[in-house]
Amino acid sequence: MSRNGPVALAFHALFVTFMLAPIVVVCWVAFTPEGFLSFPTDRWSLRWFAAIARYPEFVAAFWRSLWLGALSSAFAVAVSVPAALAIARYRFRGREAMTALFMSPLMIPHIVLGIAFLRFFTQIGLGGTFTGLVLSHIVIVLPFALRLTLASAVGLDRALEHAAVSLGASDWTVLKRVTLPLVVPGLASGWALAFINSFDEVTMTVFIAAPGTETLPVRMFLYIQDNIDPLVTSVSACVIAITVLALIVLDRAYGLERLLVGRTGHGR
Amino acid sequence: MLKLSPDSPAKTGEGNRLAYILSLPALLLFAGVVVIPLAMTVILTFHDWGQYKGIEPVFILKNWAEVFGDPYYGEMFWRTFRIALIVTVLAALFGAPEAYILNRMRSPWRGLFLLVILGPLLISVVARTLGWALLFGGNSGLVNKALMSISVLSAPLPFMFTETGMVVALVHVLMPYMVLSVWAALQRLDPQVENAAVALGAGPFTVLRRIVLPQAMPGILSGAVIVFALAASAFATPAIIGGRRLKVASTLAYDEFLNTLNWPLGATVAVLLLLALVLIVVGANRLVERRYAQVFG
Repeated sequence: MSRNGPVALAFHALFVTFMLAPIVVVCWVAFTPEGFLSFPTDRWSLRWFAAIARYPEFVAAFWRSLWLGALSSAFAVAVSVPAALAIARYRFRGREAMTALFMSPLMIPHIVLGIAFLRFFTQIGLGGTFTGLVLSHIVIVLPFALRLTLASAVGLDRALEHAAVSLGASDWTVLKRVTLPLVVPGLASGWALAFINSFDEVTMTVFIAAPGTETLPVRMFLYIQDNIDPLVTSVSACVIAITVLALIVLDRAYGLERLLVGRTGHGR
Repeated sequence: MLKLSPDSPAKTGEGNRLAYILSLPALLLFAGVVVIPLAMTVILTFHDWGQYKGIEPVFILKNWAEVFGDPYYGEMFWRTFRIALIVTVLAALFGAPEAYILNRMRSPWRGLFLLVILGPLLISVVARTLGWALLFGGNSGLVNKALMSISVLSAPLPFMFTETGMVVALVHVLMPYMVLSVWAALQRLDPQVENAAVALGAGPFTVLRRIVLPQAMPGILSGAVIVFALAASAFATPAIIGGRRLKVASTLAYDEFLNTLNWPLGATVAVLLLLALVLIVVGANRLVERRYAQVFG
């Protein structure tokens, strides 16, 4: 197998620098001891991290985002499991169309979804409510949950279920003791990927969140629209740290490549 | 009762009914929370709006006439798609070689750098764009200082509130999709074919051009479609980098909705963006399929 030459490695180094630069810069500026945006070199300080606690909007938005992500991902997985079983096991009329419908939130621009949800929720009296946020987030994270539950439903070895039935297990026991334990890793990863996507969503949510129901990315976005100061960099640094932690856990538990590319193993 | 036992009659009427019952919760959810709101948005584009009377539920073509008639909207859509196209070309130009380099790496590095390059996909877009806003930061920004110190630039280039800045930030935000797509295509590439070409006397450049590129092309093209669609409809990045002055379709729709409160006009801009994207993406997919049907068919 051929190796990468020096030119390729130099290109790679520049590429990685480009990908990491903005993320590193946000975390770097967050440690400034000054009252304004600057790159700290000799003196580092945690004052802007401590300052987050004095802005209840950010703290409340953080907890709201956590709840919203956890709830909507759980609902999305719960709705995905039966749908994934149907898609994986049966060839019925409208199967392709249905799958396309469930995957459509990936294709429809979130700006359009945000506008549609704003109009819809305002009309039915759910405008600016947490219920509206949960409903809309279930829909936008469902494709991620469905993709991973589908992968585990397709990969399920039906011989194991057949064996359980031949040993006298009822349908319910088969589902509870054989099918579900086999698909749980896929469900957990589906939930996690859905959670991360809900936690990061800003474009759609900015339309339907009201002052009392802003999520963390929405609060950050609105804050940046007014002015950029070290406070928002320390909030961003926390968000980055949480995401990186979740990423590492996901990579260890399931494999990032499998999660994103949707294939098993590392090729060759 | 759930019927999952092996004797459950798939492909028969009962199996079909069970499949519909199993997908019913998701179907109901999508009918209620996706199809109806989208239909309502399309209807909204035909409603009238006035500063004092608000939204009037009538059927008029005023908003469509305004969007198609006023050159302001034409210019704004042209800007949106021009930025998306430049972002797509740049992402392909840098993302495809990087995916190839990644694919040739050895075990620990490969996984590590894949994590480093694909990981940003899951990091908040707001946080990543904030990073670019800090790097650009007016004339004293870090990017300008770096480029001037290595004599690439003689004078600081404005990045903030410009299309250049939007393009750089969007390339960064969407790059993982391109790398992911090309990477997936390269996984199907058999290394023995490359070795065979080398054994038959092909130089490294010939191998790249005749063996690797044709096989990576479907990945590059499908990545390009994804990047283009996401760049044309991106919101947070253009809003933060472009500020209130430089508008693209999505930020204009946002303004109409939340500042001017002219919902019918905002909905028209958004629906037009959706229609244009559907046309472009479906057209591009057709073109790609036809081309590759000819090659492999």
